[in-house]
Amino acid sequence: MALLEVKDLRTSFYTRDGIVRAVDGVSFSLDKGETLGIVGESGSGKSVTCYSLMRLIPEPPGRIDGGTAMFDGQDLLTMSKKELRKIRGRRISMIFQDPMTSLNPFLRISTQLIESLRLHYDVDKKTAINKAIAALEEVGIPEAAKRVHNYPHEFSGGMRQRVMIAMALITEPDLLIADEPTTALDVTVQAQIMDIIKKRQEDLGTAVILITHDLGVVAGTCDKVNVMYGGRMMESGTAEQVFYEAKHPYTRSLQKTIPSLQTKGEELYTIPGLPPDVSKPIHGCAFYPRCPYPKTGKPEGDRPSLVEMADGHCYADCGFCDSSAPIETVLPKSDSPDEVEQAGAAE
Amino acid sequence: MAKFITLRFLQGILVLLGIYAVTFFLVAATPGSPFSSERAIQPEILAQIEAFYGYDKPTSERFIVSLGNILHGDFGPSAVYANRSVTDIIAESFPVSLKLGSISLAIALLLGIPAGILAAVKKNTWLDYVPMSTAMAGICLPTFVMGPLLALVFGLIFAVLPVAGWFGPEFVVLPSATLGLYYAAYFARLTRGGMLEMLNQDWVRTARAKGVPERTIVWKHCLKGGLIPAITFLGPALAGIISGSFVVETIFQVPGLGQWFVKGALNRDDFLILGLTVLFASLIVLMNLLVDIAQVALNPRLKYD
Repeated sequence: MALLEVKDLRTSFYTRDGIVRAVDGVSFSLDKGETLGIVGESGSGKSVTCYSLMRLIPEPPGRIDGGTAMFDGQDLLTMSKKELRKIRGRRISMIFQDPMTSLNPFLRISTQLIESLRLHYDVDKKTAINKAIAALEEVGIPEAAKRVHNYPHEFSGGMRQRVMIAMALITEPDLLIADEPTTALDVTVQAQIMDIIKKRQEDLGTAVILITHDLGVVAGTCDKVNVMYGGRMMESGTAEQVFYEAKHPYTRSLQKTIPSLQTKGEELYTIPGLPPDVSKPIHGCAFYPRCPYPKTGKPEGDRPSLVEMADGHCYADCGFCDSSAPIETVLPKSDSPDEVEQAGAAE
Repeated sequence: MAKFITLRFLQGILVLLGIYAVTFFLVAATPGSPFSSERAIQPEILAQIEAFYGYDKPTSERFIVSLGNILHGDFGPSAVYANRSVTDIIAESFPVSLKLGSISLAIALLLGIPAGILAAVKKNTWLDYVPMSTAMAGICLPTFVMGPLLALVFGLIFAVLPVAGWFGPEFVVLPSATLGLYYAAYFARLTRGGMLEMLNQDWVRTARAKGVPERTIVWKHCLKGGLIPAITFLGPALAGIISGSFVVETIFQVPGLGQWFVKGALNRDDFLILGLTVLFASLIVLMNLLVDIAQVALNPRLKYD
């Protein structure tokens, strides 16, 4: 049985300007110890998907409109707040994007580290502190015994993200959700943080959902990949399938934007246009307006659903474009500089 | 810590010296004198009185002498009430004002802060709207409207509380309520704002993701930071309660310091005015020092330097 089985998850925000369907029918599953990458541009619904699983969506204006998320036989979306609290931090932990604001500046690191331990396990304070020191050592914080009593502002950004990881894993959860854990950090620290997450995952056998913009990180760490766009999944499969046999024009366009895969000295490729406005109904393929591939027609009606092409490899095929064409031959040359800037969100 | 307190203390003394000098010369520059009266006094007697109180000397010399006296703790005689010193007047009335002020402050804090926390936690429900609109009304009603209104309702219509005098515990209720409710309204709004800011922080989401119950999030994660605006307002609030007591003491005929301030100003009782100014200024400086210490204690990102 899968550790987590999400079916048809739908989350919307009911704002004054209309209903924003941030997540509009997302299904995926995850086994014990597996790593799942969720990629996509800003606003594609990656983070909202994960916040919905933890029921951390601010309500109102947000609301989970439907779907199920079976975690070890229980539905996360319908269980009582009390049951949910037993799972949050104990069996599912979360790391957030910005380590500068995700730790409470008014409480000592030690207080925050032992909080979930003492909430979920019957341990005395001294044992908990010792465990916290060990957890800090695991994530590579020097002089952990001394620094555990510091306040967050006495740590750098990279150090704080290490603390976040230590805090998330101190209860040895079954699932770790990492919401862009390296986005706010500088490049040299990014690699260290990913190494720590990977190492701790191997030590503890934790399953990981990794939300990221960085396709390189996904290729290096994930077993499975979901590609999201406009609140839905466009393609999913194993990392190999999504990277080497990418079917969907959006996945292929995303790959095309990876800077290190592009010829040196040339202008970097960006997907033209902007992500779709999910507060308006989307007909046909959400990516159609930006799709660089030759088409035989315009997709209409319902959005195409995910269809399994090969063993576990699914993609949402609109049926009108020839995604087998080599992308090099169909690339539109982007001339307008502001278009480049707008589409730059893809990286 | 000791260095911080010493430094602030010395700053406070400088502030007090400044206040004293400004008040002294303003009073001296005001036309008229403590000894002028409707009845004509013989010039020889006037000269004798002036010599007795030191008014025959130039203003600058008087300033030095009175400053020296004040530094020795001697506020001088009352220039109007013979045989009474300013120290006597303060010793007699200050306890009354202190009682009124501290009970008012207690009402303000004990009512305002819990109301603010409740409103923030139950944002956009009637538990938010009712206390907050009451608080808005409280801020808009000055004490000289609130006082007579309370006196009218509880003193005359229901006739349950005395409206004037200072003879027992029941006499404390209306004046301290008038003064306290006004500041309770401010504290409620400030606390609500502070708590809401804290509850919207990213680290509250982190705490929720750890499975921390909402109650613990409010008390452990948000209270310290959420109280900072209210604590900051404590200094000005004390100043307001002291100066507000002038009005309230007059409305409810409380024999506190406020009435002496008014009498002192009207009678041109120079020594009394100066003595009371120094007393009130010292109270405010002291309170601000305490507020500074409390702020550093609450916020680990501030340091004592």
